[in-house]
Amino acid sequence: MLDVKNLYKTFNPGTVNEKTALRGVSLHLNEGDFATVIGGNGAGKSTLLNAVAGVWPVDAGSISIAGVDVTAMPEHKRAKFIGRVFQDPMMGTAATMQIEENLALAARRGESRTLRSGITKAERAEYIERLKILDLGLEDRLTSKVGLLSGGQRQALTLLMATLKKPQLLLLDEHTAALDPKTAAKVLDATERIVSKDHLTTLMITHNMKDAITHGNRLIMMYEGRIVIDVAGEEKKKLTVPQLLELFNKVSGSDEADDKMLLS
Amino acid sequence: MSGFISALPGAISQGLIWGVMAIGVYITYKILDIADLTVDGSFCTGGAVFVVLFTGGTNLWVALLAALLAGMLAGLVTGLLHTLCGIPAILAGILTQLGLWSVNMAIMGMKATVAINVTTPELLDKLLVSLRFVKDAATGARPFYRHPIIVVGLFTAVLIALLYWFFGTELGCSLRATGSNRNMARAQGINTDHATVLGLVLSNGLVALSGALLAQYNSASEINMGRGAIVIGLAAVIIGEVIFARLFHNFALKLAAVSIGAILYYIVLQAVLAMGLNANYLKLLSALVVAVFLSIPYWKGKYTHVKVNAAAAGGTDHA
Repeated sequence: MLDVKNLYKTFNPGTVNEKTALRGVSLHLNEGDFATVIGGNGAGKSTLLNAVAGVWPVDAGSISIAGVDVTAMPEHKRAKFIGRVFQDPMMGTAATMQIEENLALAARRGESRTLRSGITKAERAEYIERLKILDLGLEDRLTSKVGLLSGGQRQALTLLMATLKKPQLLLLDEHTAALDPKTAAKVLDATERIVSKDHLTTLMITHNMKDAITHGNRLIMMYEGRIVIDVAGEEKKKLTVPQLLELFNKVSGSDEADDKMLLS
Repeated sequence: MSGFISALPGAISQGLIWGVMAIGVYITYKILDIADLTVDGSFCTGGAVFVVLFTGGTNLWVALLAALLAGMLAGLVTGLLHTLCGIPAILAGILTQLGLWSVNMAIMGMKATVAINVTTPELLDKLLVSLRFVKDAATGARPFYRHPIIVVGLFTAVLIALLYWFFGTELGCSLRATGSNRNMARAQGINTDHATVLGLVLSNGLVALSGALLAQYNSASEINMGRGAIVIGLAAVIIGEVIFARLFHNFALKLAAVSIGAILYYIVLQAVLAMGLNANYLKLLSALVVAVFLSIPYWKGKYTHVKVNAAAAGGTDHA
């Protein structure tokens, strides 16, 4: 479903702030794969996701989604294939618009916007049903401005928006990192339910090693712009946090990242 | 005082005409979240195109349409400078506005003023609005429905209805999403560059239409007629918002509030003039009014912040 080949990206080349974030990343996700991505700060996790989403062009390599080469495609055109939830709860929704208007925008992801009505009656009924899945009481607040919602509610709504129109690929960029533990668990739970119900091909970045092991059928670890660990299936299921750390030390040849990664 | 009262119908008429421009400013400033300075130039462009075409014998409606299109073109230039060339929106607007001064002069045949000869009754009769109709309608020389307040009021109502419909469509919603959160808009597959350009085109079209109406009303277009237009537009938007924020939640009513804001602005100007202020101080007054109203939300936020801090500090004092 997703085919990333030999991706390179350097930020601010030729300046003192030069930072090579991706050094030849290749990754293949099969349809229905739910891969969790872990790694320390600056490992290139978010850069990989942004490269796939098309936030900026990559230096080298290719990206294709569902067999379509999207490497040169601008972000808004790629949106046709991709549902995204950002780390910052403010980023995924339009605060000054109503809940139903946000959903209606998401329902038309990847379609050309015409002079047809921005939201129809039939849609509203569907949104109420969809919002019930989140179990946050948002189904009674269709016409509330999204700016009035809490961070957790906004993130849950963004998740719903990202999956409202079934995406070929779902990108979750530490989407629970900014939430309190209880809300984070709720949003993660909703993620699990939606992903498994629709068999969505998903790439989820997380800082939490336990979450990375519990969720999904594949686990990817990045280190210094490369994918250093990629485990799947039974092997992943049996993985424990200490084993994961040991694996990481072996690959990276250092143990300095242990505490940082455990604590964060 | 009686001078002020008798000047009111004129002030309301002018306010309504500027209200059309203010609705254009609302589209960029409130919906797209861009302060577009093109309007100071495109307002005059609308007036110039209309007067030159109309005095040249073109049909009034065709001339109005041409003014609208000319304004849209100005908006397109600013939009492309901003999105295609990466120039910050405010600077792109300033560049277009500056360039438009020469363009406007060229349209008017390198004259600073082009007048419509309203002493010819046939020509005057053809006009949609005119300063003279205010008095004529009052004396009964013309039917009441030719009064500029009625004509421009109706014009504004139709305009608001059209915009209400447009911003409820998929395309209109994509414009609102772009202004609200560009990241989100792109993630939903909206081409935010296109949306921004479209908003600027629409806005400047309305601004030029307003310029065409004012040129008709004053029976002349004048090279400086748009100077400070953005400030008047912002004043109308802010006054409308401050007064009606709690009352009007519907989008159509919010647009109506902008128009009413422009009327109130002109009534206040008239009142100040009636008190004997030199008309040359009006621009300073406008700038001050807008500066004060723009500061209010900021100071409000700061004040409430200080209050919370003070309460916390008070708590530790007692402890």
